[in-house]
Amino acid sequence: MTRTTLKGLLLASSILGSAGLAHAEDVTLTIESWRNDDLTIWQEKLIPAFEAKNPGIKVVFAPTAPTEYNAALNAKLDAGSAGDLVTCRPFDASLELYNKKHLADLTGLAGMENFSPVAKAAWTTDDGAATFCVPMASVIHGFIYNKDAFDKLGIAIPATEADFFAALDKIKADGTYIPLAMGTKDLWEAATMGYQNIGPTYWKGEEGRAALIKGEQKLTDADWVEPYKVLAKWKDYLGDGFEAQTYPDSQNLFTLGRAAIYPAGSWEIGLFNTQAQFKMGAFPPPVKAAGDACYISDHNDIGVGLNAKSAHPEEAKKLLSWIASPEFADIYANSLPGFFSLNSTPVVMKDPLAQEFVSWREKCKPTIRSTYQILSRGTPNLENETWVESANVINGTDTPEVAAEKLQKGLDSWYKPAK
Amino acid sequence: MRGGDRRRSALPHIAAIDEKRVGAAEAMSSAISSEDSIEVPARPRRWHILVFLLPAVIVYSAVMILPLIETLRLSLFNTVDGQSTFVGLSNFQVLFGDERWAADFWRALKNNFIFFAIHMLVQNPLGIALAAMLSIPKLRLATFYRTAIFMPTILSFVIVGFIWKLILSPIWGITPFFMDLVGLKSLFGPWLGKPGSALITVSLISVWQNVGIPMMLIYAALLNIPDEVIEAAECDGITGWSQFWKIKLPLVLPAIGMVSILTFVGNFNAFDLIYTVQGALAGPDGATDILGTLLYRTFFGFQLQLGDRSMGATIATVMFLIILAGVSLYLFGIQRRVRRYQF
Repeated sequence: MTRTTLKGLLLASSILGSAGLAHAEDVTLTIESWRNDDLTIWQEKLIPAFEAKNPGIKVVFAPTAPTEYNAALNAKLDAGSAGDLVTCRPFDASLELYNKKHLADLTGLAGMENFSPVAKAAWTTDDGAATFCVPMASVIHGFIYNKDAFDKLGIAIPATEADFFAALDKIKADGTYIPLAMGTKDLWEAATMGYQNIGPTYWKGEEGRAALIKGEQKLTDADWVEPYKVLAKWKDYLGDGFEAQTYPDSQNLFTLGRAAIYPAGSWEIGLFNTQAQFKMGAFPPPVKAAGDACYISDHNDIGVGLNAKSAHPEEAKKLLSWIASPEFADIYANSLPGFFSLNSTPVVMKDPLAQEFVSWREKCKPTIRSTYQILSRGTPNLENETWVESANVINGTDTPEVAAEKLQKGLDSWYKPAK
Repeated sequence: MRGGDRRRSALPHIAAIDEKRVGAAEAMSSAISSEDSIEVPARPRRWHILVFLLPAVIVYSAVMILPLIETLRLSLFNTVDGQSTFVGLSNFQVLFGDERWAADFWRALKNNFIFFAIHMLVQNPLGIALAAMLSIPKLRLATFYRTAIFMPTILSFVIVGFIWKLILSPIWGITPFFMDLVGLKSLFGPWLGKPGSALITVSLISVWQNVGIPMMLIYAALLNIPDEVIEAAECDGITGWSQFWKIKLPLVLPAIGMVSILTFVGNFNAFDLIYTVQGALAGPDGATDILGTLLYRTFFGFQLQLGDRSMGATIATVMFLIILAGVSLYLFGIQRRVRRYQF
């Protein structure tokens, strides 16, 4: 009895031992991330798909809580214990990691050619010389509307600014629905869903943004003040007491069917799909006059970089190239409707609402939020100021001109455009 | 009845200090002239005092004194060319001299004073009134009221902020509904979202939460008034309101002073409620921005704004100095003049 057990043990250990040996030849790559929510998608869909094609490489997705991510990652990178791949926050947070030589230069990575310069902007040095993260996902701004309400009131999807306000007037006159579900209490709604949503149409997207960074345009120029003028007109179409309406309030107002139009970011799609009991549709920010070129805010949100101290840079690069591939884009974008791949190859989306959002990429020119790159490095912080002033404009505390002047003055106090 | 007793009661304490001094002097002299054998046998050093004090001193130093010193030190440093460099008072120069910093700072300070004033004008009189009512012997359910009024104080500010945001919400809140019932709907407004009313609203929420503290302290002081004093007053024909104004209020004045200084320190350190109700930017248009939220934003950064530890420490230092000045003013200017009565 004892002897058989012993034999069994020996046998088992020899098998296990050799199995262990076989595994030791495998390379394990760890991905650092703040996207807790994506854990199952990685484990069930993305990692198996990659491992099937790349035998010998094992991937572990190791997320940290979003609020702790930046601090935890910095500490791990300093201590040299961080994972091989690092999920990148957009702009300055990651740029700092690159400058500290924690992130490797990925400019020449196979697959990088799949991304447009705008897609790479969030993870590229100021001079554009080096890109250090593979763009993974972006969010697109637009308007989500209650299709039932539009059908009932006989409203067509507004294409121009005039159409948009005509539609709002109609909804308001009918009285069943609050025309626009947005509040100014949390400030950022006014800036992100308002100013950055409709703004690119007026400042001509990348053109205006680049000119602002170069100092050729100012926030007080007509192109930058006009979105504020439009925003000021929104006031009449918001719900009662919008000054104290918070972001969750707006979401609930819309999903409960009490509001007709929701100035949105595409990240809402997943939540709205589960909560709203009515049909939804989406339209891009209306243009000024029929036939004008349209612009959308297609804002880079998530990227992946290579830890410069990784022990397996070659394998990690393989994974990065795969993340840059259309295959990854397809799986990722379809698992997380609303987080769009930045890949130039169009992804076929199964979610109709997400499909609608992403279809704008083909007819409109994408840009990113005007305040994110470079312009929010100093004090006062342009992004934070924009939150405050956008809410002020809608509340009527400041006129569009005054708001723009305040923003430009704050920017001028520390930002000197490179000549 | 007053003064003398107190001094007498303080005497043993003073004696203890004197003894200690003498002891220390002896210890010193014994250390100096330990070779002289003529000396009176020195009393053994009382190590136990040190030993017993040590744990508290270590803990207090580690969590209070050292961070405070470090904060004060940090306010004199700033990052120059990536290196932390001693810059003297130039951080303060920026805070008060730079147009934007100064505007932010003075606005926060002004709001903070309004915040404090509302607490002094509403919370403390209300606390005294509640305490006076609770101490009426004939009051039924006094324990229930006491518990109910004190309850918000032990609630987390996160809960308080959340509840009040809901209560006052123009969309789901019960306030518009209740005001409608009594026909006052027209007076309702999105108070938390208007620059003119947001600070007052938040202050009143804070008053609601904290009114239990002055109430309890003053209630305790009122209970301490001996019945003989009250009876004597009644014999002299002082009853009702005049009894409250002429007998009770003067007797609880030291407690009111204590409550005021606690309110002052609490208000100038306030941050949590504003942060939960109005967010770190303390909107709308910075209308509810007080020193605490300004410090938080500066030190830890917010959204795209990266934290600036030196300027944060500078603001923290100014806050410390303001509170220090206020407390000193109270200690040396007021507390010494307050008459204390002992029974």
